[in-house]
Amino acid sequence: MSTYLRPVPNTWWLKRKPYILFMIRELTSVFVAGYCIFLLVLVYKLTQGADAYGNFMAALKSPSSVALHLITLAFVLYHTITWFNLTPKILVLYRGEDRVPQGLVAGTFYAGWVVVSVIVAWLVLGV
Amino acid sequence: MAKSNEPIWWSLFSAGGMVAAMMFPILIIITGILVPFGLAGDDPLNFERIHTAVSQNDSVELTLFIVITLPLFHWAHRFRFTLVDVGLKSVSTLISILCYGGAIAGTIISIVVFWNI
Repeated sequence: MSTYLRPVPNTWWLKRKPYILFMIRELTSVFVAGYCIFLLVLVYKLTQGADAYGNFMAALKSPSSVALHLITLAFVLYHTITWFNLTPKILVLYRGEDRVPQGLVAGTFYAGWVVVSVIVAWLVLGV
Repeated sequence: MAKSNEPIWWSLFSAGGMVAAMMFPILIIITGILVPFGLAGDDPLNFERIHTAVSQNDSVELTLFIVITLPLFHWAHRFRFTLVDVGLKSVSTLISILCYGGAIAGTIISIVVFWNI
């Protein structure tokens, strides 16, 4: 005897808003990978000399590059927010008998994010 | 209990997700807005400065390598399950190989690129 599995249509995730949001969250990973490739190409251009690197950096001014960056930023920010909001579910901390409030755990990551962002901007831009 | 590779992939997924969450927004703002619109001084990412920083300083090089490669494993693990969720369960083994294989290939290419700097 085999268990009956009710067939699920491949469009199940379009049926409800939380499902759609879940799918958007999963798809943020594609933009994360895309930006990894962008950074890798940047480093590759760095190895090809000043001209190749200069042309690549000049192309960042193109409308298509700016548009792609903005779309990627929207998805990556959604990744960041959903990621930090999940941290209290994974990091279940106790202080004595009391569970550390979930907002405090997530809030610590948000605060860390601000600090990291400032440090990265300071190091990368040298300002 | 059956042996599983899951903890390894999940750890890489988790570490890569944290790197991306913490660092990618500011990096995207830098390369997508601040630099192209000249809002961060006069050409802060110029060749001399960045090339010197990456080639002369091992900790900068290693950090950049990790920032590029760990999130690839975040993508591989998450996208693998996304594809299975939208109906590709019958080819889940192939999907795993393509996703994790893609991240490993990206890492190898990164090693070659960073080696030549």
